[in-house]
Amino acid sequence: MAGLELLSDQGYRIDGRRAGELRKIQARMGVFAQADGSAYIEQGNTKALAVVYGPHEIRGSRSRALPDRALVNCQYSSATFSTGERKRRPHGDRKSCEMGLQLRQTFEAAILTKLHPRSQIDIYVQVLQADGGTYAACVNAATLAVMDAGIPMRDFVCACSAGFVDGTALADLSHVEEAAGGPQLALALLPASGQIALLEMDARLHEDHLEQVLEAAAQAARDVHTLLDQVVRQHVQEASILLGD
Amino acid sequence: MAMEMRLPKVRKPLSETLGRDSKKHLVVPGDTITTDTGFMRGHGTYMGEEKLIASVAGSVERVNKLICVKALKTRYNGEVGDIVVGRITERRRSAEDELAMRGFLQEGDLISAEVQAVFSDGAVSLHTRSLKYGKLGQGVLVQVSPSLVKRQKTHFHDLPCGASVILGNNGFIWIYPTPEHKDEDGGGFVANLEPVSLGDREVISRLRNCVVLLVTQRMMLYDTSILYCYEASLPHQIKDILKPEIMEEIVLETRQRLLEQEG
Repeated sequence: MAGLELLSDQGYRIDGRRAGELRKIQARMGVFAQADGSAYIEQGNTKALAVVYGPHEIRGSRSRALPDRALVNCQYSSATFSTGERKRRPHGDRKSCEMGLQLRQTFEAAILTKLHPRSQIDIYVQVLQADGGTYAACVNAATLAVMDAGIPMRDFVCACSAGFVDGTALADLSHVEEAAGGPQLALALLPASGQIALLEMDARLHEDHLEQVLEAAAQAARDVHTLLDQVVRQHVQEASILLGD
Repeated sequence: MAMEMRLPKVRKPLSETLGRDSKKHLVVPGDTITTDTGFMRGHGTYMGEEKLIASVAGSVERVNKLICVKALKTRYNGEVGDIVVGRITERRRSAEDELAMRGFLQEGDLISAEVQAVFSDGAVSLHTRSLKYGKLGQGVLVQVSPSLVKRQKTHFHDLPCGASVILGNNGFIWIYPTPEHKDEDGGGFVANLEPVSLGDREVISRLRNCVVLLVTQRMMLYDTSILYCYEASLPHQIKDILKPEIMEEIVLETRQRLLEQEG
């Protein structure tokens, strides 16, 4: 597209943000009373909903039960109205399955599964509006939902995407920036220890630039952590006041 | 059929109306609770790099040398001596079992029992070795979060309003009409399928709505709180109890009475 400048000379992106700036994040825990844990997050225009059930007995075949830890089962679904063009299949297609596996890998690293042997934890994520950074929004929403359910976790899991344009690393890409075709990286981080739960990139990036992009994503994830930390603390604070002494 | 519709309204955070400040030490997963290695770690914590780190979001509780974090919502953890109410979903199919138990307990029955033992993987072993436990007849079941059921000496209560309640530690609350004849020697389960009187049914419905109200307002469930809530709800109709404005009124009165009783 002619004239689509992802990064202007003054250092502004298309939506007016700076290179390392995140979009506005709003989150809420405990949105559904029926589920064990639930959360809703908005990152800019990307909206995701996460619901957690568990830990409970293994559904279906008992043979899948792991004798020493819990099974984490993740399902990713994006609503038919979430993208610009109406999607035909909300779930069951390749991308959804892959996302489900990635989420599973991420949360198996963070949830203390050894505390619940022979049980199953279900995490269902639904994207209501996709404006870039859907994996990150899903991970962030799922983290809040798992905490809402009271399932023990090592730490928060905070995720963010990053890209690389004109020698500068951009954090938290929107759909327009993703569609422009540059390299993009998705990172899920455990902030307290700095350990990486998942790092995913599906593009070509020169190795000299990798560290810069990785650092931008890590810093953005830490910023997300600051925000989510506030949300959880406020939720706990309110609930503990209601319960009284 | 009467229908009621409401427009969306911004909800005030409930804690504002109370105006209290929590004095507890609140943590989120990943927070360091203490670097002192002298403490024993309880539920909701784990050891990492010489530090005690929280694994759930909640308040820190310290009992002498034991530190644990009480999460807001938890799955029920069985402890020996707990009373539980549950529904039989599956049973072992062995010959002796067939002969002995099928006559009494079948799949789908609701029972009350006591926890006898807890296995290392979290499974619990139940027993009904007392006449007060066993199959449950007519009544209403309410499922709530286990963390809202207060631990007391007894969980079987006969409320003065005319119904009885069993507060299962696993979050299953059973409300039933008070049995008229309390045979000491007879005991056992007698299938009472007679229709329950309207008065009793109204008391039970009101109690059920009160329990749901207390749960939505995140208050602890025990016999006194349920009774006070029931009495505070008497001026209103049973079906109005769960409307937001009326809920606020009732819960405010209940909280006040509970505070007066404590102080």
